[in-house]
Amino acid sequence: MTASLIVFLARLLTGVRARWSGELPGSRQSVFFANHTSNLDFVLLWASMPPALRAKTRPVAAADYWRNGGIRQRLADDVFRAVLIERHRVTKATNPLAPMLGALADGDSLIIFPEGTRNPGGEPGEFKPGLFHIARACPSVDFVPVFIENLNRVLPKGEILPVPVLCSVHFGAPLPRIADETKAAFLARAREALLALRPL
Amino acid sequence: MNHEAKLLLGIVAGFLAAGSITGAILKSRVTGDAGRKVVENLVSRVNAWWIMCAVFGGALMIGPVATVVMFALTSFLALREFITLTPTRRGDHRALFWAFFIITPLHYWTLATEWYGLFVILIPVYAFLFIPMRNALAGDTERFLERTAKIQWGLMVAVYFASHAPALLILRIPGYEGRGALLLFFLVFVVQVSDVFQYVWGKLCGRTKLAPHVSPSKTVEGLVGGGLSACVAGAAIWWATPFTLVQAAGMSAVIVLMGFFGGLVMSAVKRDRGVKDYGDIIPGHGGVFDRIDSLCFAAPVFFHIVRWCFEA
Repeated sequence: MTASLIVFLARLLTGVRARWSGELPGSRQSVFFANHTSNLDFVLLWASMPPALRAKTRPVAAADYWRNGGIRQRLADDVFRAVLIERHRVTKATNPLAPMLGALADGDSLIIFPEGTRNPGGEPGEFKPGLFHIARACPSVDFVPVFIENLNRVLPKGEILPVPVLCSVHFGAPLPRIADETKAAFLARAREALLALRPL
Repeated sequence: MNHEAKLLLGIVAGFLAAGSITGAILKSRVTGDAGRKVVENLVSRVNAWWIMCAVFGGALMIGPVATVVMFALTSFLALREFITLTPTRRGDHRALFWAFFIITPLHYWTLATEWYGLFVILIPVYAFLFIPMRNALAGDTERFLERTAKIQWGLMVAVYFASHAPALLILRIPGYEGRGALLLFFLVFVVQVSDVFQYVWGKLCGRTKLAPHVSPSKTVEGLVGGGLSACVAGAAIWWATPFTLVQAAGMSAVIVLMGFFGGLVMSAVKRDRGVKDYGDIIPGHGGVFDRIDSLCFAAPVFFHIVRWCFEA
């Protein structure tokens, strides 16, 4: 119910269309990694998915923002089923990788933003190493690049009220796996695959 | 529903059924990939027409408020397409919020409450003043005039001009009380018949390009053939309007001419931005703005002619 309302509002604001350049994702478990330009990113990516895929895909989000005990937390827990991770006070006990690997072990797919922080306009920044560690820990999971277009115009950093602008979500083909790839090479390749989805 | 409305509904359903049957026949006969593509496009266009006619006809039948709400949503979608194509900057954000969520609803509210005095000046005067004020406060001077003008233009065409179609409902024409919906139907019918038949005539015998740089598909033959077809179609339903047969044909000619220029101008904007369509929300047609561009230019002129010549 709440989920349908959120999907409806996302469509009203952005008319979002998903464009799949790889095969339509069906049964295979995936990590969708996307560029991060707006707080609405994962809502839009999540809303653009076919309902069956949406039901088993969980966004990874910052605990400090979403675990506030109020409506945000209820949305994160009950609607998006977000995997909340610690961004700042990272210790062994709050290792952000653990909840992500846990969700993957349960058979869910993930949405992550490997830049870590929003990057308004311009080029996506360098990727944080987490993506590489997950890829190494889960060799059978697909890593699918997703480019979100125009959303920074809907809700730029620092604004509260959104403006309607048409957005597209471009899903690429899963990254091919290369044995014994270094961390730097993998992250660079993942970033290239994401940039390649940018419409001209 | 009165007798005239039923008859008009029947005419439209007949046209659409003819289109669907033509599509089905062609589909079973066509060979080759290119031909199949053309037929598929035709079929999806006709299917979209069924939906658009159902939405428009349904709103007209429910009543004036539903019609105004439907046009308000149409303007919202068209403005969204227009702004998407316009390279706005961060400094436009607040002005855009006003344009979409305050000025547009307020403008249509003046129509729903039949406040004609505010309806005609809200956007050309007050929104025109307000948008640059808000943008100046935001402090970004890069391409300031251009950015401000684009938002104003979007509001004028997608909201102000388009709203002159449902504004026909508030005209008080002696001897034509309570039948404003038929007048609105007349306008939309002539505009759309003209669009469709310009396309058909252009495909059948278009040779002389009218404006090859702006819109390569527009031809003299298409304009003349489509325009005459629309005038005949408009004159043929004169009995549903406050016009005589000759007046209905003349009004149709004005609508055709303005509609043609609407399509031409909005094509020039698309060329400037390097796109073919404003969107892909309506299968086979493109965006909402691709469907209403002619209507946006024809509606205000038609509205004011009727207001001057026929209102009490």
